[in-house]
Amino acid sequence: MDARALVRRILAIPLLVWVVATLAFFLMRAAPGGPFDRERAPASREVEAALKARYHLDEPLGRQYVRYLGGLARGDLGPSLKYRHHGVNEILAQALPVSMTLGWLAFGTAMGLGIPVGAAGAVWRGRWPDWLGTVLVLAGACIPTFVLAPLLVLGLSLGAGWFPVAGWGSPSHAILPVMALGLYFAARVARLMREGLAEVLRSPFILAARAKGVSPGGILWRHAMRPALVPVVSYAGPMLADLLTGSFVVERIFQVPGTGAFFTNSFFSRDYTLMTGLVVVYSFLLLVLNLATDLAHRWLDPRIRHA
Amino acid sequence: MRDAPAPRPGAFLLPWPDGLRRVRGPCGVAWRALASSLLGVLGLLLAACRPGPRADLVLHNGREPETLDPHLLTGQADGRVASALFEGLTRYDPVTGNAIPGLAESWAVSSDGLDYRFNLRANAAWSDGRPIVADDVLWSFRRAVNPLTGADYASQYFYIENGEALCTGAERDLARLGVTAPTPRSVHVRLRNPTPFFLELLASRVFAVIPREPVERGGDRWVLQHGLPCSGPYTLVSWRVNDRIRLRRNPCYWDAANVRAATIDVLAGDSAHTALNQYLAGDIDFILDKDMFPPELAEALRRRPDFHSYTYLGAYFIRFNTTRKPFDDPRVRRAIGMAIDRGRIVSRITRMGEPATSHLVPAGAGGYQPPTGLERDPDAARRLLSEAGYPGGKGFPVFEYSYNSEARLHEHVAVEVQSALRDELGISMQLRPLEWKTYLGNMSRLDYDLMRSSWIGDYNDPNTFLDLFLSEGGNNRTGWRDAAYDVLVNRANATLDRTRRLALLAQAEARLLREGAPIIPLYSYVGFYALDTNRVAGIHPNLLDEHPFWAIHRVAPR
Repeated sequence: MDARALVRRILAIPLLVWVVATLAFFLMRAAPGGPFDRERAPASREVEAALKARYHLDEPLGRQYVRYLGGLARGDLGPSLKYRHHGVNEILAQALPVSMTLGWLAFGTAMGLGIPVGAAGAVWRGRWPDWLGTVLVLAGACIPTFVLAPLLVLGLSLGAGWFPVAGWGSPSHAILPVMALGLYFAARVARLMREGLAEVLRSPFILAARAKGVSPGGILWRHAMRPALVPVVSYAGPMLADLLTGSFVVERIFQVPGTGAFFTNSFFSRDYTLMTGLVVVYSFLLLVLNLATDLAHRWLDPRIRHA
Repeated sequence: MRDAPAPRPGAFLLPWPDGLRRVRGPCGVAWRALASSLLGVLGLLLAACRPGPRADLVLHNGREPETLDPHLLTGQADGRVASALFEGLTRYDPVTGNAIPGLAESWAVSSDGLDYRFNLRANAAWSDGRPIVADDVLWSFRRAVNPLTGADYASQYFYIENGEALCTGAERDLARLGVTAPTPRSVHVRLRNPTPFFLELLASRVFAVIPREPVERGGDRWVLQHGLPCSGPYTLVSWRVNDRIRLRRNPCYWDAANVRAATIDVLAGDSAHTALNQYLAGDIDFILDKDMFPPELAEALRRRPDFHSYTYLGAYFIRFNTTRKPFDDPRVRRAIGMAIDRGRIVSRITRMGEPATSHLVPAGAGGYQPPTGLERDPDAARRLLSEAGYPGGKGFPVFEYSYNSEARLHEHVAVEVQSALRDELGISMQLRPLEWKTYLGNMSRLDYDLMRSSWIGDYNDPNTFLDLFLSEGGNNRTGWRDAAYDVLVNRANATLDRTRRLALLAQAEARLLREGAPIIPLYSYVGFYALDTNRVAGIHPNLLDEHPFWAIHRVAPR
């Protein structure tokens, strides 16, 4: 990717965000019912009309769309239609850092556990570290989060009393959700790492290095590690976007005040602005992290750089 | 186990310095959040070094409140917190749920029951120390009834002279509302009809007194203003969405001496299992919201001494769309009502000890004795159905039963109804699960055959249920119109004598249930709270499900 391609990629980001925002805007409004439909009928037609007028829901759809894009351009995602005192910017400013803190820690756990376990499996292929790693990876990949998380709560907080059952605010609050979220991804990373490194270790250039007399440590660290990380990195970009924007299941089980709950709730309550805002921010993060992934590839794998 | 550090005062209301508060764009939000999250990892580690003090009371309040504006809110969770912040002329008694003096220390009612004169307390004050005067009450009432405010509960002002005209826009001059302030310490209210439950209405949130200047200045965010003057027993310290609201005792509240807990943390969450875990681990002192009990554990929890159940003003019923064939025939509706086995529904499905009732108004509402509706009688049901032209269910069209699908309970009830109708009447019903907003839309557009429904009473009087089915009632949503029913309800509400009034209402309800049958009541609701009475006191079961925070306190240390 030369400099011009890079500029093109960067310029495409706002364009793609616009496409996503447009789709989200119209799809949300195509869903039946509106944000102010409740079990109790409004006091009068005038009350209902006033509510709609306050949020410009009485205008033609095209006008609402232009108004929304105008807000977006100014950086205003609008007022939340459900959480009536809060703007969408403000809700995201509160919730996204929490989800991201959890996400970074889970990302660190996934990489920090997955890479060594996977690498050990590839280096000592068929020996006990490989077997142990394989069992752990299978367990991690097979037990879904919504089973693992309650088990962790049952064993480590209600049972042993080591960690709080739920909530957010101190390191002890973070440990169980990070484990619940990180272990699954650690298993995926370990598998990719094991396969990636095993393949690299079989390749001719490693043989050449060995023939040249490079020490086993030198082969692993200087020559094999970088290309072996390519599949891990390809996976890490989308994984990071996934983790940073919050997990519905884990945040719900551990009562973490992140964005996870808003993703589903804002749709069910027809909170048009909050839903669209979440989708816009999520897509932006995904695009940026994909770009970062590509740049990392370039650095890791000279074949891509010179292609 | 370490306690959650308390949010610093104001830290979550104003997370950034003023100049940075307007975040620039989704990119801005994302970048800032990325930066804050990296700081957050650090902050989380540092938080270990400064655990804040735990609030005096920590309670689970159910879902995250949508708003704390007492005039706009509709949810129960919202109302519990808003009641702690803003008070009206009366307030709820924590034991009975009846109205007791609030900002008004006394009142006089005219002999025709139409004029109320309230005397405000001399020591009624906002939390910033300024006195609460009659003009504050006047302004608050006019704001709530103004259609531009958008208050869903403004219909409670229809009992006041010109309230309905103002709310529907027929009258524009807010000064015409039948509320005046003869002196700075007295408020005079003129009603349209003698309304025996008016004092209780005044305790509800839509009649709360709120501070004029911050509301006018603050726009949608007025509740979040720093140092907001409150009229109730507590003030708002901080609010972190989907986490917790912290309240602190209002030192200027007229009854501050009887406000028991100095600080309260009100937790919000979606997961009943998590709430239960937090309670069992001792992280929260009690759970107030009935939705925060996993239904599959109901039977096990009911046996525990610290779980308390009580009946309250809630009814679960089935609506008929009386504008669609064959449900336009009351005989068909009655036949279906008589084929359903309510006993099986409460004993096998809901299992929280709900009373199976053939009447709509839960027993005990305002001293009212509800009539018996259509009891189960499969033989009579079959006779009625054949009279209507469908002997043995022959020729009966296939129809749908709509319900909102987010709670499994509704599906189980639907299946029970389906099998009863197939076995007893030989008619075939299909289930139609709907997402919540679609369900509401279909109900108000009359786009259904049968629909599961429920209603929670707003005040302790049968009228809160019976006025639903007035011909012009916005909540009727069955297409059923019955002039005789309207006459009975309206005559009851113009009657001053309590016994005669309740008798008229009972007559109306009997007509609704037995003649028209646009609905089939199934059971009355049961509320639940989790509370170890050896540790926390001040919560009492009552029909209105009102448990004011000011009365709740801990009797034993954690």
